[in-house]
Amino acid sequence: MLRITKYVWADILQNRVVLAYTAFLLAVSFALFSMDSNPAKGLMSLLNIVLMVVPLISIIFTTIHFYNSYEFIELLLAQPIRRSQLLLSEYIGVASSLTMAFLIGVGIPVAFFAGTTTGLFLVGAGISLTLIFVSLAFWASVLTRDKAKGIGVTLLLWFYFALLYDGLVLTVLFSFSDYPLEKLMLVLTTLNPVDLARIVVLLQMDVSALMGYTGALYSELLGSTVGMVYAGLILVVWALVPLWGALYLFRQKDL
Amino acid sequence: MISVRNLTKTFGRLTVLDNLSVELGAGQAISLIGPNGSGKTTFIKSLLGLVIPDRGDIHVQGQLCRDNWTYRDQIGYMPQISRYPENLTIRQLIRMMTDLRKKNASELDTDLIDAFGLPALYDKTMRSLSGGTRQKVGACLAFLFNPPIIILDEPTAGLDPLSSEILKAKLVREKQNGKLILITSHILSDLDGLTTEVMYMQEGRLQFLKPVAWLHQQTGETKLNRAIARLMENPSLITGTQQANTSNLTLF
Repeated sequence: MLRITKYVWADILQNRVVLAYTAFLLAVSFALFSMDSNPAKGLMSLLNIVLMVVPLISIIFTTIHFYNSYEFIELLLAQPIRRSQLLLSEYIGVASSLTMAFLIGVGIPVAFFAGTTTGLFLVGAGISLTLIFVSLAFWASVLTRDKAKGIGVTLLLWFYFALLYDGLVLTVLFSFSDYPLEKLMLVLTTLNPVDLARIVVLLQMDVSALMGYTGALYSELLGSTVGMVYAGLILVVWALVPLWGALYLFRQKDL
Repeated sequence: MISVRNLTKTFGRLTVLDNLSVELGAGQAISLIGPNGSGKTTFIKSLLGLVIPDRGDIHVQGQLCRDNWTYRDQIGYMPQISRYPENLTIRQLIRMMTDLRKKNASELDTDLIDAFGLPALYDKTMRSLSGGTRQKVGACLAFLFNPPIIILDEPTAGLDPLSSEILKAKLVREKQNGKLILITSHILSDLDGLTTEVMYMQEGRLQFLKPVAWLHQQTGETKLNRAIARLMENPSLITGTQQANTSNLTLF
């Protein structure tokens, strides 16, 4: 497996986009932590940025990387190698490179300024989102042949998970505000990895007290150890299912 | 070496390969020709396992290709477009391929690498190379592992005349070593003196697979491209013999 992955690393770690991404995260992290003496506030602001930027960069970079490597992937598949092995090696290469960029850009400043449990959860959420959105990108890229269409699909996916979904949830909440919606809210949260990551991190912060009755429910269900494990498992499922879908499609794809 | 039986592939409503059967043997240098959209690339990609056929079997050296990946160590492939990871150097790329094929450095065929003068460029990244140099790298990779079957898709398209001749000389040597060489090219004059058989495809079907000597005799032309052009003008030449020869005379 590593036979291919190490060359994906050699290529990506010199990639200007990945270097710029690392530098950007580093600059933002240091700026937010140095603006306020209270690191908890810095973490809060950083969370909002991480939830937007990490999925966006992960999904777009992976898609462009995949389409740019298309001819090379073809050449590699003409060698004695399993298709699933090649795609997994590519996934590991891209996902670990972006995780590395995130750890340097956010992990180091967090460890430096806010080495708390909350900080640890924020870093964990960022890594999960990286793995999930790289996985989604692979699925979308294998699904569509055309580069422009593939990038369009991944942008829509990001738009849906990062922005549109919350709007839809709010609409549901307002339309059915006369009914008890707590259980439904929990299900809806599970259906969006970005929201799930947000809530898991928020529950570690003091601000969760401000979230009202729903917040209390989240706190009860997801704040416990069992809830944490549940949330973690759901995030793993979110990373594995699109990757499995990509492997399944790739195995019978005509290149 | 390669045996194809009833190969059929459709993309949507379009039938790209239509019940194609053909036997390709050792020591042959086959020019695969045909109009655009005749299924040449799909045929090659089926041999490489890049396209999965709807029906039909392909055997390479006796191994069935369906759901199999090990047979590909018998094949060296040079694609039409050579694009590599931008930040890798030539050295890294060659090492990557060697790792992948699990070969020792002593078993490698570096003739072409030396003939093209690539060692001087070993530490340049792929991004900094010209299109022609990348084509040369692609050609070298096809020969590097000394495979018994060599498949080249439009190999001379981006090469300068000198490199083109170096590649052709290498192909002639490998043919004499008993390898099977399969080439698609639009520039037929490049293949004169190398080709032993011509495989002609049209609308996904095999029109004919004939020795070059037969083509010359049948059409009365000594140049390969003229002979093919004559056949395309007059398809009856493919099946007919005596009558075809007389009609050939009236054309002059």
